[in-house]
Amino acid sequence: MKNENKIQYIYGIADNALILGQRLSELCGHGPNLETDIAMTNMALDLLGQTRSYYQYVAQLSGEDKTEDDIAFLRTERQYKNVLLVEQPNRHFGYVIARQFFFDAFHLLVLEELQNSTDQTLAAIAKKGIKEVSYHQRFSSDWIKRLGDGTEESHQKVQEAVDDLWRYTDELFHITDDDKIAIENEIGVNTVAFREKYDQIIREVLEEATITIPETKWFQKGGKQGIHSEHMGYLLSDLQYMQRTYPNMKW
Amino acid sequence: MSEKEVKNLEELFEQRIARDEKIEPKDWMPEKYRKTHIRQISQHAHSEIVGMLPEGNWITRAPSMRRKVALLAKVQDEAGHGLYLYSACETLGVSREELYEQLHTGKAKYSSIFNYPTITWADMGAIGWLVDGAAIINQVPLCSTSYGPYARAMIRVCKEESFHQRQGYEIMITLANGTPEQKEMAQDALNRWWWPSLMMLGPTDAESVHTAQSMKWKLKRKTNDELRQQFIDQTVPQAELIGLTIPDPDLKWNEEKGGHDFGEIDWDEFWQVVKGHGPCNKERMDARVDAWEKGEWVRDAAMAYAKKQEDKKLKKAI
Repeated sequence: MKNENKIQYIYGIADNALILGQRLSELCGHGPNLETDIAMTNMALDLLGQTRSYYQYVAQLSGEDKTEDDIAFLRTERQYKNVLLVEQPNRHFGYVIARQFFFDAFHLLVLEELQNSTDQTLAAIAKKGIKEVSYHQRFSSDWIKRLGDGTEESHQKVQEAVDDLWRYTDELFHITDDDKIAIENEIGVNTVAFREKYDQIIREVLEEATITIPETKWFQKGGKQGIHSEHMGYLLSDLQYMQRTYPNMKW
Repeated sequence: MSEKEVKNLEELFEQRIARDEKIEPKDWMPEKYRKTHIRQISQHAHSEIVGMLPEGNWITRAPSMRRKVALLAKVQDEAGHGLYLYSACETLGVSREELYEQLHTGKAKYSSIFNYPTITWADMGAIGWLVDGAAIINQVPLCSTSYGPYARAMIRVCKEESFHQRQGYEIMITLANGTPEQKEMAQDALNRWWWPSLMMLGPTDAESVHTAQSMKWKLKRKTNDELRQQFIDQTVPQAELIGLTIPDPDLKWNEEKGGHDFGEIDWDEFWQVVKGHGPCNKERMDARVDAWEKGEWVRDAAMAYAKKQEDKKLKKAI
């Protein structure tokens, strides 16, 4: 497998962690209470930590003089390969939780498979991430239940978020050409294989939370090809601000 | 209780403090001791929480992955400090909701330094180096203060603060050794944060209303002016070491007193900010109130859900 394909495959996993980590870190200091604030920051820290491990590996694979920061901050929007779901804004706490919940269940299944990758580095990163992401999944599932089966207002708000974000869930299972090559080489994870399991996990939690499962069959995709939503440019403006304004400096 | 009995209790209480014994939540304490501690500990907790905002302003724009993660972790530590300080305060019989209410209505104060804006990345360095540096000088003596829960919370807080201070100074070193643009950014941040940092150590002793009582209860071990002198003497060589200039033309070493002489602090500015009219007082309070109000439905949901679960358990038990 060519390094370039492998790098693209890794972007497909790592960029999700970066962009979701960035979204969560916007919330630091603004949570509904201190305990939740701390927990969400923890998740952001886990995700950004995972991102760094992936990017450091990519820097090494690229064989050029690249650093993790070049990869994190100096790509064009079209070169980020995260799914649309993770770049969606923090409209309110219900959105934050629904976005997290849809992603965590998927993320955990990915890491559980990725730890068996024939690529030792990826396997090691995945193994380390499993513990963290299991906690994320517990956190977001618990909150889905609290909000769904809490008050009338919270039910309505989280239902609205689930309805809106549902259309981004199908893309999680979209297989790109780079994914295909990585799967064939036993480096990557065949996400389609655990689609049913994912659907079941989501269904069970939403049912327990008394949330109605959306019926729409219309889904959005594009993030994995680098065709993002309009939110992405603003997110990147913040993320890249320093590196773009003051190029080639050490911080 | 008769007046005489109270007098006896007060005497015993003062003796315990003089013997350096810790006062614990269930122990008898004079009402004034309780109130003073609620005021100081909550003010301290509020400072941690409001203090998350100026640094939080740079998390999404941090210049490298390493700096981003470190800043995020630092701001999270501040939330943690807030949490244990509020808990320590709650042991004195006041609820967290009441304390928030006092903050949001302007009844309770927090450290004025957080009412200044963070306008460049170098401010993250200056805050860590100067603001956390001044905070440590204020806080280290509190690790042996008389109220047990506060003293124990402060031991944890101080450990983390000294880590933050080194981290901040390290940002300044990197900038000072960087390009001319970076060095200028560092100097500019020092210029803006120097005087507010000196003000952080409180009004001069002549103006400080709580000092005498606080010294007696070991809530304070040194006066504001002594602490300020210590901060200046400690910081000046650190600035020199990295080639930055302290923005005070009157600053010079005084051999005789073994410390630096320094220029006049602008106390009008100090009181303006303390009274609520600093550059970001309104923004900080708006952000806190906004987070609290927007979080109300979330907290209500958690309560309602917990109650439902409890009811279910009860039903099962019956």
